[in-house]
Amino acid sequence: MKILILGAGQVGSTVAESLVGEANDITVVDSDANKLRQLQDRLDLRTLAGNAAHPSVLERAGIADTDMLLAVTQSDEVNLVACKLAASLYNTPTRIARIRSTEYLNRDEVFSADNFCVNFSICPEQILTEYIAKLVEFPEALQVQSFSQGKASLVAVRAFEGGPLVGKPLSFLRTHMPQVETRVAAIFRQDRPITPEGTTVIEEGDEIFFIAASDNIRSVLLEMRRMDKPAKRVMIVGGGNIGRRLAMTLERDYQVKLIEYNKKSCERLAGELKNTLVLNGDGTDEKLMQQEHVDEVDVFCALTNDDENNIMSALLAKQGGARKVIALINRGAYVDLLQGGRIDIVLSPAHVTIGSLLAYVRQGDVAAVHSLRRGAAEALELVVHGDRQSSRVVGRRINEIDLPKGATIGALVRGGKVIIAHHDTSIESGDHVIVFVVNKAMVNKVERLFQVAVGFF
Amino acid sequence: MGRALTVIHALGLMLVVFSAAYLIPLVSSFIYGDGNMLLDFLLAMVWTASAGFLMWLLTRRYKGELSIRHGYLLVVTMWTAMPAFATIPLLLMIPGLSFTDAYFETMSGITTTGATVLSGLDTLSPPLNIWRHELNWLGGLGIIVLAVAVLPLLGIGGRQLFKAETPGPMKDSALTPRIADTARNLWVVYVGITLACILSLNWAGMSWLDAVCHAFSTMGLGGFSTHDASVGYYNSPSIEAVMIVFMLMAVVNFATHFLALRERNLKPYWRDAEAVASIGLILISCLGIAFFLWWNEVYPVFWTALRHASFNVISIATSSGYASVDYAQWPIFAPMWMMFLACIAASSGSSGGGIKMMRTLVLVKQAGREFLLLLHPSAINPMKIGGQVVPNKIVFAVLGFIFLYFMTIATLTFVLLISGMDFITGFSAVLACVNNFGPGLGAVGPSSNYQSLTDFQTWVCTFGMLVGRLEIFTVLILFTPRFWQR
Repeated sequence: MKILILGAGQVGSTVAESLVGEANDITVVDSDANKLRQLQDRLDLRTLAGNAAHPSVLERAGIADTDMLLAVTQSDEVNLVACKLAASLYNTPTRIARIRSTEYLNRDEVFSADNFCVNFSICPEQILTEYIAKLVEFPEALQVQSFSQGKASLVAVRAFEGGPLVGKPLSFLRTHMPQVETRVAAIFRQDRPITPEGTTVIEEGDEIFFIAASDNIRSVLLEMRRMDKPAKRVMIVGGGNIGRRLAMTLERDYQVKLIEYNKKSCERLAGELKNTLVLNGDGTDEKLMQQEHVDEVDVFCALTNDDENNIMSALLAKQGGARKVIALINRGAYVDLLQGGRIDIVLSPAHVTIGSLLAYVRQGDVAAVHSLRRGAAEALELVVHGDRQSSRVVGRRINEIDLPKGATIGALVRGGKVIIAHHDTSIESGDHVIVFVVNKAMVNKVERLFQVAVGFF
Repeated sequence: MGRALTVIHALGLMLVVFSAAYLIPLVSSFIYGDGNMLLDFLLAMVWTASAGFLMWLLTRRYKGELSIRHGYLLVVTMWTAMPAFATIPLLLMIPGLSFTDAYFETMSGITTTGATVLSGLDTLSPPLNIWRHELNWLGGLGIIVLAVAVLPLLGIGGRQLFKAETPGPMKDSALTPRIADTARNLWVVYVGITLACILSLNWAGMSWLDAVCHAFSTMGLGGFSTHDASVGYYNSPSIEAVMIVFMLMAVVNFATHFLALRERNLKPYWRDAEAVASIGLILISCLGIAFFLWWNEVYPVFWTALRHASFNVISIATSSGYASVDYAQWPIFAPMWMMFLACIAASSGSSGGGIKMMRTLVLVKQAGREFLLLLHPSAINPMKIGGQVVPNKIVFAVLGFIFLYFMTIATLTFVLLISGMDFITGFSAVLACVNNFGPGLGAVGPSSNYQSLTDFQTWVCTFGMLVGRLEIFTVLILFTPRFWQR
């Protein structure tokens, strides 16, 4: 597929990196030639310096025969104009724009075919905000991803002593909680995947991925570790796009304190937020943290633009007694370094948001993609089409499907109801199938398996 | 000197406009077929108009744009000149009335105070009564706002004048791009509601004359009445109910009424934090005082207590000043609380007086901010009213205003005490005048009036009314040396 990416910032370069690996022709346009050079040094793609909203630049970038346009520059307006141009001048089939401002996002008609012709809009900040909000809601989980408009969820949790399941085989789960349906999709022990079987014994420190209906998350979590009280107090460092949105989302249900360095931004934030206490100060100032009782904070989120600052303030908060600390880290090297250390959750914004873009790029009917374990694993929500002849999955029981090793079907969503997959569950056309893939290299195989044979059309 | 002459030029023009106000009493004396009255009012109109015209003509060469300073000067001179000219018919028609008393009466009318030195109101000729009430009505929304609406030649200066006259701490929220349009729209709303009020009062049982008079003074939150016994004369719950509704309407910012009419729904009222706070506070006070009166067995039946408490509390709290019973006989808590409400309850941009609810909200929130800062020294906590951030500049202006307000009240009270008045009368008279609600306690209570005051005391009260209506700064700024420096 020929893909044109506008903007070589965080989002643009991560998408490019991820898509290059999936055998696509990629051109990246950005006004900053330096950024492009760095990108070209690393990846096998074409770059072009220039204004992404100018027709001449788009033409030189080969928009005429592009299959998909990803407008992900910093500016909403440039992205909108580029999509409009691509649609009206060059008939580009798929146009995806990154839109930050809620002024546009709240009005669907802006994106319609009569106006800016945006097929899909994504807002990385919003995705990240929702992601963190889930982690605040379930402070025990490492990750919570939802499928089918939030009906089913994939939850990652580290097993700790005190959980009834720890030290027992997986089959114990069925007998212990007969009324709650769940399926353990994968277990990572010392960062190596184990295929979960009925006889697999859960050990302390295992990272467990399970799939369940969203209402059941809490009771399943209870099996894996001792539960704490639900979170009440949240402290956020950094009042940028993400910090502000997160505070807005959380302020109704939690006690939120937001620390921001810049006084001007503080005043603006305090004007916009209703119940959040906005504090002017340095996120790495332990005096300020003590003064604001960091020891009573349930979830501490370091969300500034600066990786080092986020690391330091998260470490200080943990030291100061915060129950769970989350740090936003952009640099991949840092993410790997810090994983499993004193910081409970290290978030890489690129990996959190890439999934929503990937869903549009993938072949077949993919409803959602979630990148897991820093991009190494993936969970997909695939929509099944066809019949027994044209498809290799429809009408078959799950144990009859020839899934590659390391891929597991966790659950189906049929007609709005979540069905947890068992070996004898059979798949029907129209089902949304949630597949967990331990190794990203197998994603292509899985997708092909679920595609309808050419004869279908 | 040039500055003063520019102001006199504009002042002349405004007096000519003001003279048109005599049309209503003229028409009414025509209807009542009173030839002498017709002549007197015609005379007053001609004198006012020609004085204005002469001022305008002689200072033609000094015509110029009005600056901020011109604005303050013009507003204050206008508000002192208008009542002076308005005394003409009173002096002509009421034998033995001194200029001091006449000036007090017209100032009380135009500042919507509603205090009176006249007795025998029931026997006063109808056109003269209409004139008194019309002054109430004109002063309610502001004569200068009216002038800005009908005189496009004021140009840019109009906005400055508008600001200098309209009460309230924040005046930059223009409803329409042109200030003249804004002023016109406000007056259209004002006239519209007044017509509704006249019809309702007539329906509730007043004669047309009384309905017109009371509608004028209700909408202006003035409190003049055509009877010595004020609204108590009618002893009619339905009249009281109608007046309660319209007083509560007049205590809300007229800009909010305008928005509600333009959007054709009631949401603007709910969005206006000031309106919600002031109406809420007033209604809760009514219930509270009714309960208090019933508890203290002033009225044996709770519903009677509620009726009298509602009307009198709302009348005083909105700074109107009608009375349906002699509330000075109630236990002292009730009248004191009513006077306290009068100091704070009216909305900015309404026709009420006092500190204004917006400033009260600013002060309350400022106190809350100080508490928060003690607990969280690094907190950034801008003041928000109705979801809007109030700039610190305005907070400081409000604090300054409050200081001047209390100093004015204290100073004027001391002056009255020096003149030999007793404390309750003096203090309540100053409160009643500065907050423009009218009747006080003691010798100036609801059952009597300001007739017993000496000339000096009358002038002090007159000054208090002017200062209160123009919100202190506008008047006192003329007494600062810097105002007159170039």
